Amino acid sequence: MASLRVASASAKRNWRQRRETIDAYVFMSPVIIGLLVFTIGPIIVSLFLSFTKYNLLSDPKWVGIDNYTKMYGEDLFWKSLSVSAIYSVVSVPVGLVVALFLAMLLNRKMRGVYFFRSIYYLPTVISGVGVAMLWRWIFNGQYGVLNTLLRTVGIKGPNWLLDENYALAALIITSIWGVGGTMLIFLAGLQGIPSELLEAAEIDGAGRWAQFRYITLPMISHVTFFNLVLGIIGALQVFTDAFVITNGGPNNATLFIAVYLYRHAFMYLNFGYAAALAWVLFLIVMMLTLMVFRSSPLWVFYERDRQGRP
Amino acid sequence: MTLLRRRMSSRSRNDLIASILTVIVLTMGAIVIMIPFFWMITTSLKRAGDVYISPPQWIPAEPQFVNYMTAITRLNFGVHASNTFMIVVLVMIGTLFSASFAAYGFARLNAPGRDFIFMILLGTLMLPWAVTMVPTYLMFNAMGWVNTFLPLIVPAFFGNAFYVFLMRQFYITIPRELEESAMIDGATIYQIWWYIMLPLSGPVLATIAVFTFVATYNDFFTPLIYLNDESKRTIAVALTYFQGSPRIGPQMHLLMAAVSMSIVPPIILFILAQRYFVRGIAMTGIKG
Repeated sequence: MASLRVASASAKRNWRQRRETIDAYVFMSPVIIGLLVFTIGPIIVSLFLSFTKYNLLSDPKWVGIDNYTKMYGEDLFWKSLSVSAIYSVVSVPVGLVVALFLAMLLNRKMRGVYFFRSIYYLPTVISGVGVAMLWRWIFNGQYGVLNTLLRTVGIKGPNWLLDENYALAALIITSIWGVGGTMLIFLAGLQGIPSELLEAAEIDGAGRWAQFRYITLPMISHVTFFNLVLGIIGALQVFTDAFVITNGGPNNATLFIAVYLYRHAFMYLNFGYAAALAWVLFLIVMMLTLMVFRSSPLWVFYERDRQGRP
Repeated sequence: MTLLRRRMSSRSRNDLIASILTVIVLTMGAIVIMIPFFWMITTSLKRAGDVYISPPQWIPAEPQFVNYMTAITRLNFGVHASNTFMIVVLVMIGTLFSASFAAYGFARLNAPGRDFIFMILLGTLMLPWAVTMVPTYLMFNAMGWVNTFLPLIVPAFFGNAFYVFLMRQFYITIPRELEESAMIDGATIYQIWWYIMLPLSGPVLATIAVFTFVATYNDFFTPLIYLNDESKRTIAVALTYFQGSPRIGPQMHLLMAAVSMSIVPPIILFILAQRYFVRGIAMTGIKG
């Protein structure tokens, strides 16, 4: 009698467990299908395509590593790599510094601070083609507002978008203009610093710089880390601005990897070569992200490392 | 005592100076942010003949509001706006449904393999879009979906890694008691999700909704590669064609009028739903 009851109880438990598993998979099903159809499947197909020649008209033809060796010998590929590299190396750190600086200024209790936050965040909300077109007009060498303003202070501005020495700089400037999202993330991090820490340091006689260097920076290092990873991943994939503002020109001075890839896929219909490019980009992003992750123990300080806190 | 007071007063004077400096720097920065918008609006109100002159008129002599009407008719603005809003609304529905539904499984229900799937999902956050772009395009092309809205809308119904993550993080903060008592009353798990969890998730759903709106509205690449017919283009794509089209030529005043109108919806949304933008950012940032 007793064993029977135990048996039925455990059967019930088993049934309940199975029921929960089924329900869990029903709930997760959109994500599972999405991952298979729109992510994992395409990743595998893209790797396969990168070893083929394919232009939609005939079936993919296996060519081994031809796409990769062709890429290696292609000047434009190296050009696109260097454009994306220069852009990332300049725009990411400068963006981080500007964003942190603004966040520090906005992290005060004073009137109007919410107003300023909104203004600085605004460009992030409307970042799109419209604003890219607006930048084209701003950078116009003769009639644009930027050179008009420079002229009033006696500087003769370059013909930004038509001069291969300045076109990339122009795109970097537009990226700094849209630094508001990064700024707000920093602000959230700054607001998480317990005020006792800064007060204690001040009582101990630490100056503003020392407080910044030894308390603020370490306490927001995880936020800096987050922004750095997102910044690198984003900067290596810039497309819209480069496509709309300069379309890769002049003389390929702004041929970002993504623009180069777009041309091969949708203008020349070299889908195999485009897939190979995408894989190289993927490996670069992975390597850089991994390097940042690996370096993080050296400079990222996590709350849980601190003694006495859960 | 006096020493302390002196220290206090010098400190408050320093604070005042710092505050004033802060406001000055912030105001200068805000001006830098706003100049492009000012330039856009002033250009959009000029007569054609007044656009290409140097030095420029900062304030147009006779504001030409008619430029906006001209831009609307020449650009077929109505068609592109309705395309855009149809896509945006459907993508929002898909994203909200899939994120809130799937996240419940990840947050509350135990199943073998669940955490592994979640890890993979988070891993895709770092995946460059370029890797999946070509095969996805070829797939939609084989299905005959190119030049329809489907490639832009359907993926939204299958979960966005970041939003699933946000929803899951929110669900796990909700106490289990509510669900347990509903379970005792005989509710199914699906009823619990729909009648208990969703009504509690208002702020997160609103956050996801505003971010989805902005991202979809501003998206350029997807409509660029999938939509060919002029009548199907979204505002973002239509603007780029407007730029070089013979119908508008180099008529910067009309282009700037079109651009001004194109940024109105996200700005209105931002003004109405500011706190959701800030909340979303804070949620991403603090978790690191």
